[in-house]
Amino acid sequence: MGNIIRSKRFWLVAPAVVYIGFFMAVPLLQMAYVSMLERGDYGGVNWGVFSMDAYISFIFERDLMDNLVVNTDYLQIFARSFGLSAMTTVFALLLGFPTAFYISTQPQSRRNFLIFLVTIPFWTNILVRNYAWMLLLRNGGLIDGALNWMGIETGGLDVLYTPYAVSIGLTYTYLPFMVLPIYASLEKLDHRLVEAAFDLGADKRRAMTRVILPLAAPGIAAGCILVFIPCLGAYVTPELLGGGKFMMIANLIGSQFGAARNWPLGAGLGFVLLALVLISMMVYSFKFKSLPEESR
Amino acid sequence: MKVDASNPLWRFRGITSTAMFFFAYLYLPIVVLIALSFNENRLATIWTGFTMDWYVTALSNDDMLRAAQNSIVIAVSATVLATIAATLAAMGMSRGRFKGESGVSAMLVLPLLVPEIVTAIATLLFFVALGIKLGLLTVIIAHTVFCIPFAYLPIRARLEGMDPALVEAANDLYANEWKAFRRVTLPLLWPGILSGAMLSFIISLDDFVISYFVGGAGATTLPIYIFGMIRIGITPEVNAVSAMMLIVSILFVSISFLIDRIRY
Repeated sequence: MGNIIRSKRFWLVAPAVVYIGFFMAVPLLQMAYVSMLERGDYGGVNWGVFSMDAYISFIFERDLMDNLVVNTDYLQIFARSFGLSAMTTVFALLLGFPTAFYISTQPQSRRNFLIFLVTIPFWTNILVRNYAWMLLLRNGGLIDGALNWMGIETGGLDVLYTPYAVSIGLTYTYLPFMVLPIYASLEKLDHRLVEAAFDLGADKRRAMTRVILPLAAPGIAAGCILVFIPCLGAYVTPELLGGGKFMMIANLIGSQFGAARNWPLGAGLGFVLLALVLISMMVYSFKFKSLPEESR
Repeated sequence: MKVDASNPLWRFRGITSTAMFFFAYLYLPIVVLIALSFNENRLATIWTGFTMDWYVTALSNDDMLRAAQNSIVIAVSATVLATIAATLAAMGMSRGRFKGESGVSAMLVLPLLVPEIVTAIATLLFFVALGIKLGLLTVIIAHTVFCIPFAYLPIRARLEGMDPALVEAANDLYANEWKAFRRVTLPLLWPGILSGAMLSFIISLDDFVISYFVGGAGATTLPIYIFGMIRIGITPEVNAVSAMMLIVSILFVSISFLIDRIRY
């Protein structure tokens, strides 16, 4: 009897698992393999010819005399991606924590509605959302126009196609991921603990820093991870709001499959990005066991 | 946290104003985009009057309609495949624990963890290595992968909330397994399945990065077409097409959430 049930369950789960395994896990392994192959002369790869060029060219390039010299171009793009992602995470936290706190102090029916409002933009097209920011940020755009109308001469805002624009767009794109887990941990917080702190003479600042923030820490950590990681892999925002001038890791990877035609390098960079993501997930789950449950 | 919001002790300085700023920041671009799509002025950002002309222009653009058709074919196929696989998987996962369960769950949500660009290039390399020509079919295959977790999660949540005694009762009353599924489980489960399917549909319809790399020349989807238009410049037609995409997404997600709230 037990065997029949077990085998039936096996067949129920099998299609989804086999599908994802074959069309995602296998391609990821193959990508790691491609990163260790030699680059083809006219794009593509020479299958079966091993080479570590992809990983060497990440840090070095060959000069005219065929000597390896240090090339920091790619490292700079990685550093920029980390910097922008860290900045975005900080902005998202500064905006997201108060918002999650505000929602958690509202009556139940209004809470559900507000959480719904937070999630809606996530489901809308990412190109469209970033395009809307182009309308707002460009010279002669809405924000520029509003400032001029208020009598502040901007002489052209010159924000679009700068790292600032990319940062605004990234914060906008990933903000909901900060609010939801923080809200989930604040919702479970026992309000009597906060009231006890007040009774024991804590002022608001102390109640916040010594009681509320420590209890919300798992949610805050989850939110930071959920913003930082997708930020690191952002493709559309730097492409549109950075105007292609401020590449992040994903754009560098993408360009290896376009004009640059260096598939092993693209695969290697993709593998590095994937490893960074998986390591940060592991560090997080090691520290906090499991993500706080998603709340609706 | 249940608090009496009228109690001044719960009012922390800056909380309400930051929350207000947050919602304004979140919705300002959406509202502005929809408003500008009705703007008569060709310069796109100066309001001169109301018009529906840009929608007419957009809807009579053959290239755009062909892209929209591709998008719908892809989204419907991926949704059907993903929803069937996800429903079966959710049912398999719901009956107690088993060996290797955590590995299986990890596999089912793997597509949510891997950065989109990595999925895109890995899938591209995979199809190239297999010698499969890039086109609608490759996009459908790739979309089905990331649609599975979006369909799986709501169905799984719905099953979790279901009373197992109901199916046991049906079995006691001599319903065979198929009959118990069709007459008891399915009627209780359909809101979860429908809500999962709608989320899959919208995620597939909105996808850009994966379609862009896996699609090749033959499979221009609506987001890829919009990307091309934005590259050329900001025009009122782009506003109109974008506003339509926004409205479709918001409608679908709202309906999906309403369905999900239908009681057992």
